[in-house]
Amino acid sequence: MSVYINKDTKVIVQGITGGTARFHTKQMLEYGTKIVGGVTPKKAGTEVEGVPVFNTVDDAVKATGATASVIYVPAPFAADAIIEATDAELDLVICITEHIPVMDMVKVKRYMEGKKTRLVGPNCPGVITADETKIGIMPGYIHKKGHIGVVSRSGTLTYEAVHQLSEAGYGQTTAVGIGGDPVNGTNFIDVLEEFNKDSETEAVIMIGEIGGTAEEEAAEWVKANMTKPVVGFIGGATAPPGKRMGHAGAIISGGKGTADEKIRVMESCGIKVAATPSVMGETMIEALKENGLEEKCKTH
Amino acid sequence: MNIHEYQGKQVLREFGVNVPNGHVAYSVDEAVEAAEKLGSSVTVVKAQIHAGGRGKAGGVKVAKSLEEVRTYADEILGKTLVTHQNGPDGTEVKRLLIEEGCDIQKEYYVGVVLDRATSRVVMMASEEGGTEIEEVAEATPEKIFKEVIDPVVGLSPYQARRLAFNINIPDELLGKAVKFMTALYDAFVAKDCSIAEINPLVTTGDNEVLALDAKLNFDDNALYRQPEIAELRDLGEEDEKEIQASKYDLSYVSLDGNIGCMVNGAGLAMSTMDIIKHYGGDPANFLDVGGGATAEKVTEAFKIILSDKNVKGIFVNIFGGIMKCDVIAEGVVEATKQIGLTIPLVVRLEGTNVERGKEILDESGLNITSATSMADGAEKIVAAVK
Repeated sequence: MSVYINKDTKVIVQGITGGTARFHTKQMLEYGTKIVGGVTPKKAGTEVEGVPVFNTVDDAVKATGATASVIYVPAPFAADAIIEATDAELDLVICITEHIPVMDMVKVKRYMEGKKTRLVGPNCPGVITADETKIGIMPGYIHKKGHIGVVSRSGTLTYEAVHQLSEAGYGQTTAVGIGGDPVNGTNFIDVLEEFNKDSETEAVIMIGEIGGTAEEEAAEWVKANMTKPVVGFIGGATAPPGKRMGHAGAIISGGKGTADEKIRVMESCGIKVAATPSVMGETMIEALKENGLEEKCKTH
Repeated sequence: MNIHEYQGKQVLREFGVNVPNGHVAYSVDEAVEAAEKLGSSVTVVKAQIHAGGRGKAGGVKVAKSLEEVRTYADEILGKTLVTHQNGPDGTEVKRLLIEEGCDIQKEYYVGVVLDRATSRVVMMASEEGGTEIEEVAEATPEKIFKEVIDPVVGLSPYQARRLAFNINIPDELLGKAVKFMTALYDAFVAKDCSIAEINPLVTTGDNEVLALDAKLNFDDNALYRQPEIAELRDLGEEDEKEIQASKYDLSYVSLDGNIGCMVNGAGLAMSTMDIIKHYGGDPANFLDVGGGATAEKVTEAFKIILSDKNVKGIFVNIFGGIMKCDVIAEGVVEATKQIGLTIPLVVRLEGTNVERGKEILDESGLNITSATSMADGAEKIVAAVK
């Protein structure tokens, strides 16, 4: 089992004719992802890496039966791409694009209310179910199949955590990058809920960063609902207040969103928090040992 | 992006937000001329810097004659204002806002921000105007009222009325307050603001509702469609290196330490700072080269790091996803060829095209210390600069 995606998920790539999308379409195909089509207006009838291109998401879905899409469309057009995918009633839309204006995302989020489509991102690395399928931009080779669920606001920190787990011999079920923007489709709690239900997932690592209160809310949810051990890490403990740390969402303002406060709340809710980014894996292994899950989760 | 108060008021005026009459002045003569043009009995001389807390730092003076305008303008222009927001070095005042004074009856607070929890824009209002809203939120949260705004409908008149009633705006000014709030919300949305804060909003003796101050911040991601806002950027308020970085779409923040960092991804870049601190070092900057960086961009990033005279060593920490390690490696090699490198360089590469990246660095013959993990890299660079 896994969450959101598996080896049978049929995927279309929106903006497939762009340079980044081409590169990652190739990488995804090599990983085994079922990329069944691409969308770029006025490019219908052409092919990218042997994948047929369509003018609209609707056309692509009708022709291929895809249930998921991944978006590499440039920021000014990305909100429209998400809405188009939602309108085509896809189950899952993963938006990789960064720098989308926040007011666009406020409208997108409002549009998606009550619709069946789940949005992951934007400004995220995507979702990968190890050894089955990857939808996004993460380097596939670091992921190994196993029992740890990974959810993160930061792309590269996700790679870091996954790499540490795999190196130590602990594979993963699914890694979900929820993205670093202040308005995003899927939040920590959505993913934690899925991991809690997933029969293969035995423990979860949750990686947050400064800004907002999503980690605190997730920690409270974990305390009330989670039946599996959760470990965490918060990036930006040494960031100065008032400075935006790259991600639109990563800023300490008005005394809110500090790493100290997040770590305090997470620990008070029973989440073991890694002291540095280089011990995320070790911290997970300690938690597994404490819960008698070490043997079960050691995969290689 | 931040703009000055006088610019913010100009933007708001276009949308029908009531603001006092005023003019910007770059010199003492211009200040006196502006005051003459206003012809008001009381004139306010206000330092224009991006940091808040100007009043307490002596950057706002009330003048009762043209002579006083001259005296105050002369005093404030060129002065370095140190407020609680801009750090110990302060900011030199190069522009003044000369504004007509008004008969203040009462001060309120109105702010528009994005609420991350609801993914909606929220208008906040309080009767406790003039003080820091964070302090009000801390001490008396019940005195802050919020309306969550549906982006399809916009700020409904009943919401504006409810805010006005909650903060006890006098009934005879209700219509003006509603108009004010509606115009403020319209400006926020139309101009892609990230913050629009009026503190204080005042009611006056001649029954006006006025924005006495205006703080507007804008969403950097939307500046491509707000060219007239982008033009309001005051480079004098920004760090040289940050300006240079923004030309190449690099996300760079200057810090006080001596270890230059080049990282891909904001989360990893923040964590790299954290781990350098953990091993007893001090980062000189935050730098996220982003996902789509070319070798040219990486070269520029390197130059920016090296332009910081405090930098005694560089740590490159890359976990390639969308970013390819070979591109980073090419950029590093190119930059060191162009500018020469006399300080220690520690490189940790992992992820997409990592083998090719390592080959490029090895073949370059440059004196590069490679690291096997971010902890290893952090330890090595901290040791190297000691």
